[in-house]
Amino acid sequence: MMLESIITKMKKFNSLKSIPAYLPIVNIDTDMIIPKQFLKTIKRTGLGKNLFFEMRYDDNGKEIKEFTLNNEPYNNSKILITGNNFGCGSSREHAPWALLDFGITCVISSSYADIFYNNCFKNGILPIILNEEKIKELSEYSKRKEEISIDLNNQKIIYGNNEIKFEIDSFKKKCLLEGLDDISLSLEKLDQILSYEKKIMNKKPWIFND
Amino acid sequence: MQLTLYDKIWNEHLVHQQKDGTALLFVDRHLIHEVTSPQAFEGLRNSNRKVRQPNLTLAVVDHNIPTTDRSKGIKDEDSKIQVETLDKNCNEFGIQLFGMNDKRQGIVHIVGPEQGFTQPGTVIVCGDSHTATHGAFGSLAFGIGTSEVEHVLATQTLVQKKAKNFRINVNGKLAIGVTSKDVVLQIIGKIGTAGGTGSVIEYAGSLISDLSVEQRMTICNMTIEGGARAGLIEPDQKIFNYLKDRPMSPKNESWDRALEYWNTLKTDKDAKFDKEINLTAEDIAPMVTWGTSPQDVVTIDGKIPNPENESNIDRKNSIDRSLKYMGLKADVAVQDIKIDKVFIGSCTNGRIEDLREAAKILKDKKKAAHVHGMVVPGSGLVKEQAEQEGLDKIFIKSGFEWREPGCSMCLAMNADKLKPEERCASTSNRNFEGRQGRGGRTHLVSPGMAAAAAISGNLDDVRKYNN
Repeated sequence: MMLESIITKMKKFNSLKSIPAYLPIVNIDTDMIIPKQFLKTIKRTGLGKNLFFEMRYDDNGKEIKEFTLNNEPYNNSKILITGNNFGCGSSREHAPWALLDFGITCVISSSYADIFYNNCFKNGILPIILNEEKIKELSEYSKRKEEISIDLNNQKIIYGNNEIKFEIDSFKKKCLLEGLDDISLSLEKLDQILSYEKKIMNKKPWIFND
Repeated sequence: MQLTLYDKIWNEHLVHQQKDGTALLFVDRHLIHEVTSPQAFEGLRNSNRKVRQPNLTLAVVDHNIPTTDRSKGIKDEDSKIQVETLDKNCNEFGIQLFGMNDKRQGIVHIVGPEQGFTQPGTVIVCGDSHTATHGAFGSLAFGIGTSEVEHVLATQTLVQKKAKNFRINVNGKLAIGVTSKDVVLQIIGKIGTAGGTGSVIEYAGSLISDLSVEQRMTICNMTIEGGARAGLIEPDQKIFNYLKDRPMSPKNESWDRALEYWNTLKTDKDAKFDKEINLTAEDIAPMVTWGTSPQDVVTIDGKIPNPENESNIDRKNSIDRSLKYMGLKADVAVQDIKIDKVFIGSCTNGRIEDLREAAKILKDKKKAAHVHGMVVPGSGLVKEQAEQEGLDKIFIKSGFEWREPGCSMCLAMNADKLKPEERCASTSNRNFEGRQGRGGRTHLVSPGMAAAAAISGNLDDVRKYNN
């Protein structure tokens, strides 16, 4: 298809294997993921070094040894397992940008805040929802420093001799697997947008006249 | 079929819907600011795209600008670049911008309604989670990420899935000294910060109808703190009166047609909600947050919770962590907590009625000597109105600083921030760790409660000052 090259902008998500990092904190907000002083950038990149800044560095900018992501092998984790309501608060997309720049492309939690959840998919990050019991089970692999695998196509997490299925919206899955750019997809529906606009220009003209 | 207001607005804005329910929703109003838009414009430029409907977009600087004298520009180099970038982008793509020295400049969610840009029945989005504020006008308003900002700029639409319907009914009358801020803090305490996840909340009931337009905005504003995608309220005559003759409101014949449409924006009598809860206004007291999540609320005559009383281990750990961060001990009376700073402002409580409420308490009184207080009006027009009413003089006389409009210490992106371990009574919306400055300790309160705290130097009960 002719549009192929334009439509595939985002990095494709296929499968993933990594020792997961485990942050057992509930309600991690986007201020914690990336504090405001790093929102002054006009770029999407370079935020990984400031991910979880306040938990990760002391007042002198030194790494805090106890913080999980400061230690081998978790400083190379591609999977983050965490407490419920992850990504609540501010809409800042700098949060998934920081995760991505750090190297995390999959988050596992029992729930996410809506805006953060959506923002992940725009950046090729897979946010998986599992119940608390399964999360506890998976967190053992983090503690034992054993790898787990994510298979998006088959919606499975494989760990040891076990596997768990996870749910995901079929359209969001397709976009991740194929790395689709949704602006291009939406612009394919330009005719519908045009006819909608025409309709409301008649029906609700004040929408267009300030 | 009986529909909710959310169902109706949703249906009205459907441009396209896939079989799996994924919808393309038309966006009537798009607000942008300097912090979450630069990467969106960069994306447009890289793909050679234009802004589809520049007239449906309004830009304002608010997050990252100084609230002190602006005649010398912005000192911080990164902030300056961001503000200049917005200016450049708006110029290039033909978008109206209220810049730093425009009288109409202010916090994006205060400017939208003030200009009449915010209108009932519209879909309003902005790269800011507090976009929910505009739901007070009976619009479907929600925050989006920067990729979505780019999507809206390029297509004037957004890819969405329908959320659930959640109704919160508040009936009865509020006691003196209790405000809509206390109502929403109580609601968040009740449902929790994830209580509204995946839902759009409609606020209804006799109390909500009795509230002023600005008080309703405070409730809708903090809907996001309850995790919901948006909060909305049926528009009524108060809303229409508020919008009449605003600069961007419909005029003449357009106004009549709009009004006719706006009057249809009601939830059907027997519409089904996925979830519904009821609150009684008389049961609500002035609230204050004690922890690091907006759900950590207690009444002003209450005590700091004791983690030992908590059976859920995650919850216990979370309380422990919050108390440690906040430098608080279990079972201490809230009114015994000494504060260092008071911040009055933000998109939650930076409107004229909020400033009047605080000024009423502060009139002819001095703030406690050890307290540093600042008032940051929500917009240039709010500031002007307050000055016409002499509120600035009341604040200054009581020892507060009277600042220029912006987001300021609500998120502390500019120079306005707490130092480590400083404790603040704040009229803003988030008490997260580090939100108002690294190590800073935030207690969320109403404007009247913030004023009371400034006078006594402790968290205090506004009802003592309400004679």
